[in-house]
Amino acid sequence: MALLQADSSRTRANATSLASRTLPRGTVPGLGIAACGLAALLFSVAPFGGFAGYVVFSGLLFLVAQTATSFAVEGRRHAVDRFASSLVHTTFLIALLPLLSVVWKVLAQGSDQVNGNFLTHSMRNVGVSDAGGGIYHSMVGTLLQGLITSLISIPLALLVAVYLVEYGTGKLARSVTFFVDVMTGIPSIVAGLFIYTVWVLTFGFERSGFAAALALTILMVPTVVRSTEEMLKLVPNELREAAYALGVPKWRTILRIVIPTALPGIITGIMLGIARVIGETAPLLLLLGGTDSINFNALDGPQSALPLFIYDQAGRPNPEAIDRAWGAALALILIVMILNLVARSVARLTRVR
Amino acid sequence: MTQMTEFRSPQGEPPVEPQLAGSPVRAGDRIFRTLTAGSSVFLLVIIAGIAVFLFSRTVPALQADSVNFFTERTWFPDSAPSVFGIAALAWGTLLSSLLALLLALPVGIGVALFIAHYAPRRLATGLGYLIDLLAAVPSVVFGLWGRDFLVPNMVGISSFLAENFGWIPFFATPNSETYTQTMFNAGVVLAVMILPIISAVCREVFLQVPQGHIEAAMALGATRWETMRMAVLPFGRSGMISSAMLGLGRALGETVAVALILSTSYGISLHILEPGGNTFAANIALQYSFAQDTGIDALIASGMVLFVITLLVNMAARWIIARRAAFSGAN
Amino acid sequence: MAKRIDARDLNIYYGSFLAVESVCLSIEPRSVTALIGPSGCGKSTFLRSLNRMHEVVPGAHVDGSVELDGQDIYADNVDPVTVRRTIGMVFQRPNPFPTMSIFDNVVAGLKLQGHRSKSELNEIAEGALRAANLWNEVKDRLDKPGSSLSGGQQQRLCIARAIAIRPDVLLMDEPCSALDPISTMAIEELIEELKRDYTIVIVTHNMQQAARVSDRTAFFNLVATGKPGQLVEVDRTAKIFSNPSVRATEDYVSGRFG
Repeated sequence: MALLQADSSRTRANATSLASRTLPRGTVPGLGIAACGLAALLFSVAPFGGFAGYVVFSGLLFLVAQTATSFAVEGRRHAVDRFASSLVHTTFLIALLPLLSVVWKVLAQGSDQVNGNFLTHSMRNVGVSDAGGGIYHSMVGTLLQGLITSLISIPLALLVAVYLVEYGTGKLARSVTFFVDVMTGIPSIVAGLFIYTVWVLTFGFERSGFAAALALTILMVPTVVRSTEEMLKLVPNELREAAYALGVPKWRTILRIVIPTALPGIITGIMLGIARVIGETAPLLLLLGGTDSINFNALDGPQSALPLFIYDQAGRPNPEAIDRAWGAALALILIVMILNLVARSVARLTRVR
Repeated sequence: MTQMTEFRSPQGEPPVEPQLAGSPVRAGDRIFRTLTAGSSVFLLVIIAGIAVFLFSRTVPALQADSVNFFTERTWFPDSAPSVFGIAALAWGTLLSSLLALLLALPVGIGVALFIAHYAPRRLATGLGYLIDLLAAVPSVVFGLWGRDFLVPNMVGISSFLAENFGWIPFFATPNSETYTQTMFNAGVVLAVMILPIISAVCREVFLQVPQGHIEAAMALGATRWETMRMAVLPFGRSGMISSAMLGLGRALGETVAVALILSTSYGISLHILEPGGNTFAANIALQYSFAQDTGIDALIASGMVLFVITLLVNMAARWIIARRAAFSGAN
Repeated sequence: MAKRIDARDLNIYYGSFLAVESVCLSIEPRSVTALIGPSGCGKSTFLRSLNRMHEVVPGAHVDGSVELDGQDIYADNVDPVTVRRTIGMVFQRPNPFPTMSIFDNVVAGLKLQGHRSKSELNEIAEGALRAANLWNEVKDRLDKPGSSLSGGQQQRLCIARAIAIRPDVLLMDEPCSALDPISTMAIEELIEELKRDYTIVIVTHNMQQAARVSDRTAFFNLVATGKPGQLVEVDRTAKIFSNPSVRATEDYVSGRFG
C-alpha cells in the first residue's frame, strides 16, 4: 500500500474534480458546416474541380478541425476518440458508395433498354451493330441452368449437412467440414476448368447448359452445406430427444422433426446459394458455348445465360451492344437482388418462433 | 380400468409386444446414414477429382513447353515450339490481389466495427444486410460498372497520384499517361468485391467479444476507441487475419471483372498506374477461345497453379479460424 | 481518495421501463456497504448506475442525482469516462483481458492516462498486486496471460487492475459468485484490508458474506414482478441482521423468502 500511496499524488491531483471540459453541444455540426462552407469557398476561387473532390476535401477539413478543437478543449484522449469515431463512420459511407453507385448506374443505363421487346426476344438474326434484340434466350438459359444446378446441389448439400450435424464424428466429418470450407474459396474459373477437363476433354461431350450447371453445382454445394449445417445446429437437442423417447427412429426424426424445424433457415441458405451461382460468369465462358438463339434443351447444343450475354455484349465495340449489356445487367441484378431480399425476409419473418 | 381399455386394440386382442431385438426400423436408419455419409465422401472425391483431373492435363502441358513454366513471361502455347510460362500471370495476380486487400482490409474492419459497436443497435442488422447486398452483385456487373463508370472517374485520382507521388516506383508512369485499364483500376474493383466478405467475417468476431471484456475496459475509464483497442481488436485479431485471407483468396480467383478492366499484357511491371498486366483467371478467360490443344492444356496448367494457391490461402484462413475457436475458451 | 456517495431520488430506467424507483442512499467513505435483496430487485442495476456503467445498455438512463463528495456524476459537464476512472468496478465473472499478460492487465488502466516510465509502471503494478494479495503468487510469471490464472486469482487480478488507477470508490458486483469457498475467503479478507483506503460497495447474494464483510447493509426488494425495485431500508449491518425495522427485511434475512 505504501508504494501505491507514494505514487498517487499525481493521479489524485486530476481526480479531485469530475467536471471536465467537453465540446459544447452543436460544436461538431457547426464545424461540419464550416468545413463544407470553407471548402466551397476554396473551390470557387482556386482551380480545383469536381464534386467528388469537394466532398473529400470538406471531409478532410472537418476531420482536421474537429480533432484540433477537441484536442485543445478536451485533451488528447478525447481527440483521438473523436478522430477514430469519424474514421469508422467514414468507412461505412465509403463501403456504401460502390453499392449505391452500381445500383444507380445499372438502373440509369439499363432502364432504357428493358422493355417488353427486350425481354421476349432473342438475339437471333440481330446484327452485331444493330440496335434491338433481347435477352429472352439468355433468361431461358439462366433459368434452366439454375434449375438443374439446384436439382443436383440441394439434395447433395442437404445430405452432407445432415451427415455433418446428425451422424458425423471423427475423421471423415472433420475432413468434410474442412474441405467444404475450402471449397467455398475455389475460384469459379477453376470449377469451370475442372468440368471442362472431365466433361469435354475426357468424356468427349459437347459444351452445354448441363455442363455449365455441373460447374455451378461445385460452387453452390459448399455454400448450401455451410448454411444448412448452421441451421441444423440451431435445432435444440431436446426436440430430438423427445422424438427418440417416443420411439421414433433417428432417420424419421431427422426428416420429420429436425429438417422441418430448420426449414426456413435452410431455404434462406438455398436461395442465397442460387443467387450467388446464377451471377457467375467464368465457368460459363468455358462450358456454355453461347448462342444467339433460344435453346430449351440444356443437354443438347450451346445455350446462353445472362452473365455470359453481358460479358459478350460488353466486349463488343459498338454502343448498341454495350446498351444491351446494361439492360441485361439490370435484369440479372434484379433477379439476384430479389432472390436475396426474399431469402433474407424468409429468415427474418420466421425467426421468432 | 378406463386406462386399460385405451391400450387394447378395437378387436379386444392383446396389444402387440414391441420387439426389442432385430427391429426392422434399423434398416431405414442404416440406409439413411449410408446415404448421407456417401454424399459426404462424394464431396471429398470431387475435391480430389479437381486436383487429379487438372493435374492429368498439366503434365502434357509441361512436357510440351519448351521453356521454364515458372519463369517464362510470354504465352504462345500453340506456336512451334510451344512457349509459355506463368511468371507474368503470377505477378499480376498477386499484385492486383494484394492491392485490393490493402484497400479493402482497413475499410472492411472499419465497417465491421461500425456495425458491431458504433451503429445504433436498432439499425445495425439492417446496415449489415446492406453491406451483404454488395456481395450479391454479380462479378460481371462489377466488371461492366468498373470499366464504364469507375475507371473513367478514377483518372483524376490516378493522375494526382502520378503527378505528386511519381517518385515512388509504384506510381511512376514513364510509358503511358492514359490512366485506364491499369492494375490500380483492377485493384480498386477487386477491393469493392472482397469488401463484403472481409467485413462480414470481422463483424462476426467483433460481435463475439464477451461483454465482460468490453465492460472491464469501460470500467477502467476507457473511451470508446480505447475500448476497441483494449478489448475488441485484440480479441478479433485472428478473425481479422482470416478475413484478410478469405478476401485474398477471392481476389486471386476473380475472373471476368479483371478481364473486362485490364488491358492485358505479359509484362512484369511495378507501375500500377500504367495499362497492362494479367492474372491467371483473366488469362484463362481471354485466351480460351483462341486456344488449341496445347493451348487448352497450358491454360489448365495455369488453372492448376491458381487452384493450389487459393487452396493454400483458404486452408490457412480456415486453420486460423479453427485454432481460434479451440483456444477462445478463456472465459 | 475514499469519497462518500449520496444517491438522491434516483430512478433508473431501461428504455421506458422503470427498473429501480427513487433510491435515497448515503454511502460512507472507508466503509463497506453491502447491497442485498432477491433476484431482479435492482441492486446490480443500482450499483452500475453509481459509475455510469448502467448507460452502456442501449436506452438505459436515470433521473435524480448521484453525488460523489458533493459533485453530481450525472451533471451535464461530467464525462462518463472520468466517472468510471474515479469509481472502479469489479464484475461478477473475473474478466481479465485474455490477450494481455498479467502485468499488462494490471497497468491497462494506467496506460490509458498517458505515458509513464517503465519503472513507474512496475512500481504501481507491484503495489496493486500486493494490495490485492496476489503478488507472491504471480511475481515470477508476470508475462504469462491473465487467463492462465485460477478463477480466484483472476478475480484478484481484476481487483488489482481496478485499484491500480487509484479510484475513490470500488464497486463490486457479486465478486465471489463464480468462485470456490477458499477463493471467496481470500477475496473477503482482501475487502477487509481495502476498506482502510477505499469506499467499497458490494452486491452480494450471500447473506453470510454481507454479514461478514460489510459495515452497513442496504436491503432492496421488489413489490411484484414488473414493478420497480425499491430500497427498503439501510442500516448498520448488525442491526439489519438482528433487529431490522421493516418486516420484509426480517423475512428476507431470516431466509423466509428470496
